[in-house]
Amino acid sequence: MSPRFPRRKPVGAMAPDVDHFSFTPENMAKAQEIIARYPEGRQASAVLPLLHLAQAQHGGWLPKAALDHVADLLGMPRIQVYEVGTFYDMFNLEPVGRIQVRVCTTTPCWLCGSDEVLRACRDVLGVEPGESTPDGRFFVREFECLGACANAPVMWIDDDYYEDLDYERAKRVLEAIARGDKPRPGPQSGRRGSMPAGGKTTLLFAEEGE
Amino acid sequence: MLQDRDRIFTNLYGEQPWQLEAARRRGDWDGTRELILKGREWIVQQIKDSGLRGRGGAGFPTSLKWSFMPKTSDGGPVYLVVNADESEPGTCKDREILRHEPHKLLEGVVLAGAAMGCTHCYIYVRGEFVREAQVLEAAVQEAYEAGLIGRNACGSGYDIEVVVHRGAGAYICGEETGLLESLEGKKGQPRLKPPFPAQVGLYGRPTTVNNVETIAVVPTILRRGADWFAGLGRPNNTGTKIFCISGHVNQPCTVEEEMGIPLRELIEKHAGGVRGGWDNLLAVIPGGSSVPLIPKSVCDTVRMDFDALREAGSGLGTAGVIVMDRSTDIVKAIARLSRFYMHESCGQCTPCREGTGWLWRMMERLVRGEAEIEEIDQLWDVTKQIEGHTICALGDAAAWPVQGLIRHFRDELERRIRERKRRQAA
Repeated sequence: MSPRFPRRKPVGAMAPDVDHFSFTPENMAKAQEIIARYPEGRQASAVLPLLHLAQAQHGGWLPKAALDHVADLLGMPRIQVYEVGTFYDMFNLEPVGRIQVRVCTTTPCWLCGSDEVLRACRDVLGVEPGESTPDGRFFVREFECLGACANAPVMWIDDDYYEDLDYERAKRVLEAIARGDKPRPGPQSGRRGSMPAGGKTTLLFAEEGE
Repeated sequence: MLQDRDRIFTNLYGEQPWQLEAARRRGDWDGTRELILKGREWIVQQIKDSGLRGRGGAGFPTSLKWSFMPKTSDGGPVYLVVNADESEPGTCKDREILRHEPHKLLEGVVLAGAAMGCTHCYIYVRGEFVREAQVLEAAVQEAYEAGLIGRNACGSGYDIEVVVHRGAGAYICGEETGLLESLEGKKGQPRLKPPFPAQVGLYGRPTTVNNVETIAVVPTILRRGADWFAGLGRPNNTGTKIFCISGHVNQPCTVEEEMGIPLRELIEKHAGGVRGGWDNLLAVIPGGSSVPLIPKSVCDTVRMDFDALREAGSGLGTAGVIVMDRSTDIVKAIARLSRFYMHESCGQCTPCREGTGWLWRMMERLVRGEAEIEEIDQLWDVTKQIEGHTICALGDAAAWPVQGLIRHFRDELERRIRERKRRQAA
C-alpha cells in the first residue's frame, strides 16, 4: 500500500491534481534547450531546472504526474526524481496557494523584526506559516536564510524579494498583491540595494563621473 | 581605510548598469586575451603571489587548490564550478556580484578556467536568486555574442563553455561535493573525500569548485598585479573583502574593505555604528552563522581577517557580520541557528542528522531556562559528538555557534535556569 500522493486536495484557485502532466509545447522547447546544456548521457543534470519549469507551469506545486513526466523525459528512474523532489525546499509536493509568500526568519532577519513580517502575513492573509488561504490564492511559509541579510527582514514572493521590511511595509506589499497590483520589489525603505541607508561611505568617486 | 581606487567592485550597489558596455567602462574585459596568453603557470603564480585565499568561508589558498588540477590534458572535459549557492546566514555578498557585477565573474571564469585548463564552467546559483540568475544568464549571453567566452574566448585560442545552473533551496549544496551531486541531478549529499574533486569531481572528471567572490577578484589581481593585492591587508590575510553587516546596526550594508580592518571601524564607518552606541553591543557573529560568536570585549579590538579571528576563537568565514545589541535574547538567537542547521542537515551522517535536532531541542529549553545546570555540560558534550564526526563541515557548523554561546554566555544560561527554578518554587 503506497500512501496517497499528494495527501491534500487542492482548494479554490490552487492548481488541480492531475493524472497526466506534460509540458506545453513552449515549455517543452525550453526543456529541450535546458537538457542540451549538459553533456550527452548526463541529462539528469537538468532535473532541477525542469522541475522548476514544471512547477511554474502547474501553478506552484508538483503533482506526482509532473515528477513522472520529468523522470521519463530525462530517462531517470522515477524514484530518483521523487528523491530530488522531496530533498529540495523549493518544490511543493502538496497543493498550495498560487502566490507564494516566503518569510525569512533565520537569525539575521529575526534580529531585524521578521516576527513583525509574519504578523503582517497573519493580519492581511489570515493564515499561519505553512498554510494556504482558503481561496487557494496565497501560500505563506517560513523560509531559511534568503541571503539578503543586509536588507533584513526579507520576504520572497514568487520570483521577487521585498526587503527592509517592517510591519507596515510588509502589510502594504501584501495588500497591494492581494489587490492584484505589482508592488516594486527590492528595498521598501527606498534605499538602493545594500548601500548604507544614510548614503554610501565608499565609491564616492563615482559621483564625480568616475 | 581602503581607498576607492583600490576597490575591485565599483558597481557593488548597482548604480551603473550591469551590462557589458558599462562593465567595460569599469575596466572589465580589458586585455583579457593578453592575460590568457601569458599562460597558465603565470596566472597561477600571480594568484599565489597575491596571497588570495578562498572567499567562500574556508579560506583555503586559491592557487594551491588550482595546483591540484591535472597539468596536462587527457582530451576529456575538465570543469570549473562556481559556487553561487550563497546561503550562509549573514551572507549576501555574492548576490551583489551576480546582479551588479556579473562580467567580473565571467571574466574571472575565463582566466581561472585558462589557469586550470578547464573546458566547461557551471555556475551554480541558489534557486531563490531568480532575478540574480536571470541577470547572470543575460550577461553570459552577452559574453558569448561578444566572443568573450565560448570557442576562442577573447580571441586567445582558449575554449570554455559557460552554463548557469539553478539550485532549488538546500543549504548543503553550498558544500562543494554536495553541490556536485546536486549538479549531477541527485540529492545534494556531500561525498566522502578523498578522492578530492580535483581528481574525481563533476561526472567523475577533474573539477575545481570556487566561490563567486574568489573568481570575481581574479581579473583585477592579474591586471593590477599580485603585489598590489598582497600589499593590502597583512601577510597570509591579503587583499580586499566584501563584508556584509546585518543585525543591530544603524545602517546595515554590504561594503568592500581592506582585509584586517578592525571590526569596530567596519561597523562605525560603514554601518552607522551599533544601535544605541558601541557600549550597547552584546556580541557579534563575525563570519556567517557557522562561526562562534565573539562578545563585546573581543569586538573592541579584533581585526577582521582569517588569522586574527581564529586567534580570537572564531573565524572570518564568509565575512557576514551579524551584530547583536544588548536587547538581544542571545540564547534565542543561537537557538534559531540550531533550528537552521537541523532543517538543513542532509541526513546522511547520523551524528549530524540526530545531533542537530538534539541541539535545537536542548537550546529551545535553555531559552526558557527549562533545564538542569548540568545539562549545559551535556549540551557541550553533544556538540563534541557531532564536531569532526561527519562527512562534511555542516556538523561542525552546527556545533560551533552553540559552543560559542556556552563559552561566552554560560552565566546567562545558568541565570535562566536558576530564575525558572526560583519562579517555580515561589
